Amino acid sequence: MLYENTITVLYVDLSSRTTRVEKRADLNDYFGGVGVAAKLFEENMKPELEPLDEQQPVVFAIGALGASIYPAINKTAAMFVSPLTGELGESYVGGRLALALCMAGYDAVVLTGKYSYPCYLSITGQGVEHKDARPLWGMLSEEVWRAIHDNETPRGNRSIMRIGPAGENKVAYASVNVDNYRHFGRLGLGAVLGSKNVKAITVTGDRNIPIPSDSFKEYFKVYRSIFDKITGTDIMKKYRGLGTAAYVLSLNAMDAFPTNNLTSGHFESVEAISAEAFAEKNLVRKMACAGCPVDCIHVGQFRRQFKNTGYEYEVVNTNYDYELVFALGSFLGLKTTDEILMLIDAVEETGMDAMSSGVALGWATEAFQKGLLSTGETLVPLAFGDTENYVKAVWYIAGAANEFYSLLGRGCYHAAQVYGGQDFAMTMAKNEMSGYHTGYGILVGSVVGARHSHLCNGGYELDRDHEQLTSQEMVEGLLKEEKERCMTNSMIICLFSRRVYDRPTIIAAGRAVGFDLDDAFLTRIGQRIFQTKMRIRDKLGFDLKQVQLPRRFFETPGLHGVLKEKVAKEMIDLYAALVAEEMKGSGSAG
Amino acid sequence: MNIAKILKVKEMRRCIGCFSCMTSCAVVNRHNHSLAKSAIKIITSGGLSGSMAAVVCAGCTGVRACAEACPTGALADREGGGVTLLPERCTGCRKCVAACALGAVHFDSTTNKPIICKHCGVCTQFCTHGCLEMEEA
Ligand code: SF4
Ligand code: SF4
Ligand code: SF4
Repeated sequence: MLYENTITVLYVDLSSRTTRVEKRADLNDYFGGVGVAAKLFEENMKPELEPLDEQQPVVFAIGALGASIYPAINKTAAMFVSPLTGELGESYVGGRLALALCMAGYDAVVLTGKYSYPCYLSITGQGVEHKDARPLWGMLSEEVWRAIHDNETPRGNRSIMRIGPAGENKVAYASVNVDNYRHFGRLGLGAVLGSKNVKAITVTGDRNIPIPSDSFKEYFKVYRSIFDKITGTDIMKKYRGLGTAAYVLSLNAMDAFPTNNLTSGHFESVEAISAEAFAEKNLVRKMACAGCPVDCIHVGQFRRQFKNTGYEYEVVNTNYDYELVFALGSFLGLKTTDEILMLIDAVEETGMDAMSSGVALGWATEAFQKGLLSTGETLVPLAFGDTENYVKAVWYIAGAANEFYSLLGRGCYHAAQVYGGQDFAMTMAKNEMSGYHTGYGILVGSVVGARHSHLCNGGYELDRDHEQLTSQEMVEGLLKEEKERCMTNSMIICLFSRRVYDRPTIIAAGRAVGFDLDDAFLTRIGQRIFQTKMRIRDKLGFDLKQVQLPRRFFETPGLHGVLKEKVAKEMIDLYAALVAEEMKGSGSAG
Repeated sequence: MNIAKILKVKEMRRCIGCFSCMTSCAVVNRHNHSLAKSAIKIITSGGLSGSMAAVVCAGCTGVRACAEACPTGALADREGGGVTLLPERCTGCRKCVAACALGAVHFDSTTNKPIICKHCGVCTQFCTHGCLEMEEA
């Protein structure tokens, strides 16, 4: 906790409805954020039990520098056993959650057990309350938000997270929606909360955090210089203007824009779904997370006629970003911004990860085309570009409409094991792919990354910024970046602002609020967190040697042409060797 | 000549909900990280698809309801509009909080005194979206 030199952990057991708060100075070794989350997760996870066993923990943690004390340092990390991969589940969210936790006085929250019936957990600085959520069960994401928002009078800053029907039905990639259009998206935290009968969690706080008088001047100076760097320079311009959707045209120009289940890296109708098209036709407002002056959240609007009526319409607002335009757009062959927003809305309301949903449907579409599936399974015919049926299919997945959709809700890796088509079930170590067909960096980076996310180590940047790296250079680059991100995620600096928060800036920011930071400390923290995550991964049984990559990755040309499976395998082996080396020192790393 | 200025809430439709105004007010005026200490409050009105609103002193001229309600005369008329808190006179009775029709007098439970906007303009410097402006009274 800021200025206190100890980490305050709230433990809540949902089965017995008991709570305790511990101040743990020992956790300072992990600094904060993902470091503290990883340590707490390691202490509480049960590798021998199933991912959705009620004894499995969910850990939330905010960064070492608190939340919203500096611009764009405002995220919360979650760790859990992923029902999608069976391994480490790790996810981040912005919005107001970190601020609310910070103001409530908790650095981390550990949830274990299971409610005997649906409840929502209300966390405040004064303690917790377990509130009956039976009337909320079955509700869509925004309905739940509204019910809680309107019925509870908050004292202070409040954040509301909730699951939709997909989480209740334990879809393995169900998400948790947080505040305005922010999500714990990947790897199925929604299913974990659903399995615990947790429909929602609210966090409220208004703690007094005086700034020590001897540090005020320096703190405000650093605050202002970071604020000016973010708002007054071009470093974050792209997030403010068109937003991340601006990648649509640039990745398409690189042949790296996954289209029609990655049968191509190039989408013919790309202009019609570009960020420019969204901005001109649909963009109605932009928003920011608490404590960040960058309005990167782009909200698009479309209108839809009520079924079988005359001139009667509803207006729908929803958030779009590059990843959504890829997964629920080009990957499924959708050709207009309105249709993409319509599909995004269905995914948002049911509460699922956009990337996994789109990629799973991409596989299902091709499997349907190839005759591996029929309408006996899919209920409606699936075809690239057929938005209406995709919207239905999203609801079928979320509602586990039949045996096929229940299986598709476990991820397309699992579905392909049963129905075939493993060669084009586009997963990287069981996690559905991200929107970058840029080369070995993204492919190998996602496989070796602790949580198989494109964000683990920024592999696509290595692909984009370099013509051709040797296998050794590539894996060294990936490892270095993964450790660096472990470090920045101990403060949970928003990834979009990673060029603002270079090391000198991080050091200045930390020192101004009383942390004696230097380069060596930051390196050590990154390393220690990385090693912790690798230990967790081993204990949960992940083995790089077992990873099967769908052949499609090695058939469709991308930014650097067609990739070779042999080279990818070689890089994965090299990385495994580097990690083994790294882990040798893990006992003594201090 | 020094003309008194007051804070004006201008274009809340442009507000992105970044809370930079609240952060800067709490930090500069109260040396505190808690947004609860800010004299301006940004709230969501109308839910997810609704807009933002700023709850802050409008800088009344003439009779100030908050000052009128104060039994000890702890709120003095500020030149140009609004009021100035005289903390030594304030007993923390919260009558000013109830009196302001905008709900713009917030309360600091740590100091047991109202949080009164000074019309200092710090928040306007941190609003990058032109929602807040200083205006000559
Ligand atoms: S606090 Fe309310 S009543 Fe008092 S001067 Fe400001 S707006 Fe007027
Ligand atoms: S004008 Fe000054 S006191 Fe009033 S809200 Fe803005 S920063 Fe706070
Ligand atoms: S600084 Fe401006 S944009 Fe940000 S919350 Fe305040 S009024 Fe809104």
